[in-house]
Amino acid sequence: MNDAATCAPRTAQAYKSSYKPIWCPGCGDYSVLSSVTKALAKVGEPPENVAVVSGIGCSSRIPAYTNCYGFHGVHGRSLAAATGLKVARPDLTVLVASGDGDGYSIGGNHFLHACRRNVDLTYIVMDNHVYGMTKGQPSPTTEPDWDSKLSPGGTGLRVFHPLVIALAAGANFIARAFSGDPNGTADILAQAIRHPGFSFVEILSPCVTFRPEQRDWKDQARPAPVAPTDDPARAARRLMSDDGFNIGVLFEGNRPVCPIGPAKPTCTAEDLAQEFAL
Amino acid sequence: MDVDMLEAGKQGQAPRATQRRPDAQATAPSVSVAIAGSGGSGVMTAGTLLLDAAAKAGYYGLMVRTSGPQIRGGEAAALVRLAQAPVASLTDSFDLLIAIDWQNVNRFADEIALGGSSVMIGDADSGDAPDVFKATGARYVALPLKKTVKAIPGSWINMFALGLAGALAGLPRNALADAVRASWKRADSALQANLAAVAAGIESAAEIAGVPVLAAPRARSSARWLLSGNEAAGFGAVRGGIRFVAAYPITPATEMLEWLAPALAKVGGTLLQAEDELASVNMIIGASYGGVPSLTATAGPGLALMTEGIGLAVAAEVPIVVVDVMRGGPSTGIPAKSEQSDLSFAVGGLHGDAPRLVLAPTSIADCLATTQWAVHLAEALQAPAIVLSDQFMGQSRAIVDRPAYAEWTARRLTAAANVPDYKRYRDTESGVSPMAIPGTPGVVYTADGLTHSEGGIPSSQSRDHRLQLDKRLRKLVDHDYGDAWADVEGDGDAAVITFGSATPPVREALTRVAEQGVAVRLVALRLIAPLSPERLARALTGVSRVLVVEQNHGAQLYRYLRGIVDLPKAASFHRPGPLPLRPGELCTAILEWSRA
Amino acid sequence: MTNVKLAGPDFTAEVTPRTLAELMAVALEMESEAAQRYAEFADAMETHNNLEVAALFRKMANIETGHVQAIMSEMGWREAPPSRGFGAAVFEGPETPRLEDVHYLMQPYHALTIALACEERAEQFYAQLASTVDVESVREAARVLQNEEREHVELIRVWMSKVEKPADDWFVDPDPPRYTD
Repeated sequence: MNDAATCAPRTAQAYKSSYKPIWCPGCGDYSVLSSVTKALAKVGEPPENVAVVSGIGCSSRIPAYTNCYGFHGVHGRSLAAATGLKVARPDLTVLVASGDGDGYSIGGNHFLHACRRNVDLTYIVMDNHVYGMTKGQPSPTTEPDWDSKLSPGGTGLRVFHPLVIALAAGANFIARAFSGDPNGTADILAQAIRHPGFSFVEILSPCVTFRPEQRDWKDQARPAPVAPTDDPARAARRLMSDDGFNIGVLFEGNRPVCPIGPAKPTCTAEDLAQEFAL
Repeated sequence: MDVDMLEAGKQGQAPRATQRRPDAQATAPSVSVAIAGSGGSGVMTAGTLLLDAAAKAGYYGLMVRTSGPQIRGGEAAALVRLAQAPVASLTDSFDLLIAIDWQNVNRFADEIALGGSSVMIGDADSGDAPDVFKATGARYVALPLKKTVKAIPGSWINMFALGLAGALAGLPRNALADAVRASWKRADSALQANLAAVAAGIESAAEIAGVPVLAAPRARSSARWLLSGNEAAGFGAVRGGIRFVAAYPITPATEMLEWLAPALAKVGGTLLQAEDELASVNMIIGASYGGVPSLTATAGPGLALMTEGIGLAVAAEVPIVVVDVMRGGPSTGIPAKSEQSDLSFAVGGLHGDAPRLVLAPTSIADCLATTQWAVHLAEALQAPAIVLSDQFMGQSRAIVDRPAYAEWTARRLTAAANVPDYKRYRDTESGVSPMAIPGTPGVVYTADGLTHSEGGIPSSQSRDHRLQLDKRLRKLVDHDYGDAWADVEGDGDAAVITFGSATPPVREALTRVAEQGVAVRLVALRLIAPLSPERLARALTGVSRVLVVEQNHGAQLYRYLRGIVDLPKAASFHRPGPLPLRPGELCTAILEWSRA
Repeated sequence: MTNVKLAGPDFTAEVTPRTLAELMAVALEMESEAAQRYAEFADAMETHNNLEVAALFRKMANIETGHVQAIMSEMGWREAPPSRGFGAAVFEGPETPRLEDVHYLMQPYHALTIALACEERAEQFYAQLASTVDVESVREAARVLQNEEREHVELIRVWMSKVEKPADDWFVDPDPPRYTD
């Protein structure tokens, strides 16, 4: 794929389109976009060989801001569309972009199965603990006491722990990044893209409009105190005691990658009729 | 010019509180104002306060919001129509456009139609009006908006715009001030500064001619309300007896859910935010199976996800209400704009033969009664009801006459305890069979989406299948819906059939058409399905041609009607969103059609 | 939302350039990262109709790009050397404006406050380098760079003195957020 004659190293700029994002100024997603383009530059795949698949929400606007092939689908189904694309076209590098609402709420079921199948995808979830695009409802990662119009006084529900779910369901690479650390995030994303199987990167990405208190995240996010492990049991212990602010690659597995995909043809279509002939 | 006012101003006295500007202004029964601006200029708030002030002064009106794609700080416009009599739609053009700044306001050029008699006001320091507006021939007046506001420390420019717009439209000064006071949530010092800004706006209005002034408000016989279609639908649901809502946020339905959350809590109900629409519809089916009238609200993409669930409600005969606040389609479409393009889907989009109720409110105020009626019908007929509202009605706010109280409430036919040989799906004359509610002894049953016998046991027998299909169709078709199925108005050998938010502009168009001596009957459908061919035929007695008017690309109502009933010489006027249908274009189309 | 509290770490330089080329590579990366971030800010402000601030950020981006070009030409480089980063303790370069410091209603004074903080951090960075690195030529060069940043700090202060200070309620938007999807 990386043919020296055809690809001179590209800068991150080569992966950016000319469309200006409509995100609120200060949104963490600007930084994520920058990290994604830097990561793609590091990995070196030509932009036309990369597809960015998304659902609905602020984070899902990202495909049009890149210079890659993009698919802005319906709410919560980005993993399903991406799975179909990657299985049918294994030669492509497929990134999937989502938010905590799109990815963990309506997309929850597909999340479980994408992890289980372990198709070679890189799943980027921009988590801001809120539904931004529909004006501020709680998402599965919203704190139980966060007041909102749909859940006055807070939902009172335990938050969703996506990294734990990903590990239990079978993801092969699990990391957390922080939009306030664009270079670190770019490194993590590059590793995620290169790692075989389903790579899940949750990126804490503050919402300046509905969760302005998330400015404090830059004081809470810190590099994870341990090196990544390939042992699911050890990773499970870490993730179950994780407070949501450990940045870094937390699990780098060796699970078998999804075996489903086009096989080499062994006969022509017409040959198939032989079984009917008398 | 009002010389007294200018003189008084020069001498430092407060000018006389004029109710009306110089008598050179024409009066009009309706005045339309657009206020546009970007990034923190507060145009939505100004529009809301303008409507509030009109309400206090005894007028009617409505406000529509429009904006760019940014979540904050982008370009936005408040479109306000004020009138002596109730109005339920915008009219053809705006008398006044106030642009706090011109940033990207050209985006709204189609929506803010101006003409040669319109007036545009912009900031003298903000550059010229965009060409697209100048080309309309509207007169441009430059005012030092920002400079004036800067001279009043602590004041906001939208308050100046409010005073300016209100005075130009003829609203009394005290109504404007009262509206600001009533809405004020911040420090009192800021309130005074902003009242001064309103006053400054009113002063500036004195020098501007050419905007018609509202004729005096009429004496009213009933109380008035100010609300949005989404709020009206929410209240109609609660009034009808809904006590459980499970829903997933989606533009433009979310505000209905935001209104229902605390409202339901107050009346002992519950709102649960579901993980998605598949969950929402199944949750309300579960709650309704348990005996609690249940509802959800969504938009096209959500309705699409709910279809399997709605089919289950049909087959298992569990009442639910699904409000679809229609928006631009297909797929993700234009989320913040209105369209009437889910009709085909609502009447036909289920697999199998699955009759269900489809209703559509005809105005913002009617969202209340129609949703309430939908609750009543769903419960009475043990079937799902889809209510086709839309973004225009849902998100616009209007001053309306207090809606009349209707008796429709949830009254489900339930089974008494220990009924001998109870069969949940027993065939009855009406087609409605008593429903056992969990907790009632002696009448337990299992609800099922599988085709079933009268006792509810899954069956693949043709007799059972036929009986249940007939029962479920008959219960809907044979029900006496009374006169609420449609608003039939006027006479003539020509008729216009329409539904939903197209109804008010059609009504206005027909008034104009009548002024030209052409009599056209209006049939505004409220019950879209089931539709009785006999009742429709009776409503069209004496009519030799029909024009079906709707806001979609595929002439969905036209095709639906033609599939059910033979319409005399039927024609279609249809166009898709995002722009609302306007009385002027409809008047032209109707006249042309009537003369053809 | 209260007044903008500027983000910014207590910056410690863990990056230790040992040659002039290494030092200039670090300087180049700093200017380059800042230029990109200012350009992003300018775009975001334009999209949100805050044209005055957009123009200011665009100007800053151009200035930083000018510095980048100056370093490239001085060092005879045609391509930027590979990124070294700024050390594990900090997330971004000292001269890079922080993403969370912008606001769609911000005013030129705020933008200059941000730029000032960037230049001050850059100055501090070189000062720290100058006092810790044990290679004389690198220390010398670091002091030169520190002085340059000092000049930038002064320039921005002068600029700021000519710009209006925002009112206390600059961030208040009477209109609520909208939904678009």
